[in-house]
Amino acid sequence: MQILTIVLQIAILLAIVLLHVAYATYFERKIIGHMQVRLGPMMVGYHGLLQPIADGIKSFFKEDIVPEQADRPLFLFAPVICLVTMLTSLAVIPFAKGWVLADINIGLLFIFAMSSLASYGVILAGWASNSKYTFLGGLRSMAQVISYELPLGLSLVGVMMLSGSLNLTTIVDSQGSSFSSMYLFPQLIGFFVFFVAMLAETNRVPFDLPEAETELVSGYITEYSGMRYALFFMAEYIGMMVMSSIGTICFLGGWNGPFEVPFFPPFWFILKVYGFLFLFIWIRATLPRYRYDQLMALGWKLLLPLALLNIFLTGLFKILVH
Amino acid sequence: MIIQAIFIVMTLCTLGGAVGVVSSRNLFHSALYLILSFFGVAGYYVLLSAGFLAVIQLMVYIGAIAILILFAIMFSRESAMNSAKESQANRQRWLGLPVAMGLFISLIAVIIPVNWPIQQTAPTTDMVRDLGVAFLTSYLIPFEVVSVLLSVALIGAVMLAREENPPVKETK
Amino acid sequence: MSGLYLPKEYLAILLFIVLGVGFGVVTLWIGQFFRMKRPYFEKLVAYESGNPPTDEPRMRFSVKFYLIAILFIVFDVEAIYLYSWALVYDKLGMFALVEMFIFIALLLVGYFYGWKKGALQWEK
Repeated sequence: MQILTIVLQIAILLAIVLLHVAYATYFERKIIGHMQVRLGPMMVGYHGLLQPIADGIKSFFKEDIVPEQADRPLFLFAPVICLVTMLTSLAVIPFAKGWVLADINIGLLFIFAMSSLASYGVILAGWASNSKYTFLGGLRSMAQVISYELPLGLSLVGVMMLSGSLNLTTIVDSQGSSFSSMYLFPQLIGFFVFFVAMLAETNRVPFDLPEAETELVSGYITEYSGMRYALFFMAEYIGMMVMSSIGTICFLGGWNGPFEVPFFPPFWFILKVYGFLFLFIWIRATLPRYRYDQLMALGWKLLLPLALLNIFLTGLFKILVH
Repeated sequence: MIIQAIFIVMTLCTLGGAVGVVSSRNLFHSALYLILSFFGVAGYYVLLSAGFLAVIQLMVYIGAIAILILFAIMFSRESAMNSAKESQANRQRWLGLPVAMGLFISLIAVIIPVNWPIQQTAPTTDMVRDLGVAFLTSYLIPFEVVSVLLSVALIGAVMLAREENPPVKETK
Repeated sequence: MSGLYLPKEYLAILLFIVLGVGFGVVTLWIGQFFRMKRPYFEKLVAYESGNPPTDEPRMRFSVKFYLIAILFIVFDVEAIYLYSWALVYDKLGMFALVEMFIFIALLLVGYFYGWKKGALQWEK
């Protein structure tokens, strides 16, 4: 019985998140369109509102090409790995007080672990396709993800020290409900490091080198088509949402807002997550891509020392205050 | 009932993965089987109420060490990445058998007589905090030595990968 | 089974993984009956900007990637110590700060050595 309840909850959560993913792509196209003085999708439905649905149906019916020289089982399964690891992170995210599937006391570490597993989907795709572009794309992505996983994890150590917990609900609660008590202010350096690492970890502009279309065609997904391609796409957007959720929980006070919204407690949480998503899109419309050596230098020579400095300063600050 | 089923699945992952590592003809596949085996062990940790260790197993073993192994395989000769034609066994397999059996028997001989303390209920204290306190108080010296060890590993890696003996030209 | 215990939270995570895999596999499997399938040689060849593929696709690459992976392991282990340290920092205070400072300082010796030797420099 208990299992059935959980399954039902997961199914509802999956449906809602996938719908959000579909419309996140719509918003991205619309926003970038308007920033570039275009209109974005307009044809399907009112102002193109049904475009994501049409895209979904299209990719479902598209031919699924498996290259002849590919490592077939790995090629077929790689997108599923990518999607599942991203999705599973959602299980530990509290959307509002008590609105969490698995309130484990190491929630933050669980998300780190899942994001490190997600890179396997990428490297398997790159390797199994047996093509030069995918191989290089997968390799680059792997090196990039592991280089930025460190600053990402270390930037949150300050938050762990302030809240004294790895449980995401406790982290939100320890920030209190007022605006000035958000961890964003004492952890400004941490937030900066987190934000940059977040962009790199999700392979977004300006760090979208694994799929840099000017040199690698489409990176590790070059050989994929149809629904499998769509799964990679979904995984990327779910990854963005998970990272935005972490940012919201750890720095922006989670579901707390200026006032309580009746009947719908996750209102502020979703609003903040969409704020992050808007930043992702805005940056994509604004910035050019980094060069690979610049990317590596930024991660290892700037963000890593900065994250360590932040930990030290937080420690010093705590001692001086008490 | 469910727990037993999960335990059996995890055991299949661990042992099946281990068998796959030695029997696969493709080095890259071997590495992936190893990851499966690591994953099974992470499942054991969860069943033992050691969620922190499970997550560390995922982060360090699967997320870092296995990646290093994959890189090492990709870094080796091209033929290592494609399936080998010849059998995985060599002439020393008959020598290997008694050694493996001997190791197995001696391990069993150690494990069986020990009276393992089994708790019927889940532990209530927060393991991460307990570990943190232990590192900083009773295991302080080992903790600092770990740092030296890591530093040495880092320097060693840098030395090995120095530019003086570039193994291949940069492929870009 | 004695000694084994699965809290409700981890059961939820396990079910999540199962359902996630189920979702992916089932969508792909059902789609198989609807999508078109007209493979021919050119379609199945690895994409190489329209030219026939040359050489082995899985080539050897720069040793830098390997070095990055080792650096990552070292700092990943350090990060895990830091996580457990951060949680008990309140309890131990100054003492913990000094100890962690020594820990990180020792590690930074290796880090700056690598920096000086150009291990963090991508292009030479």
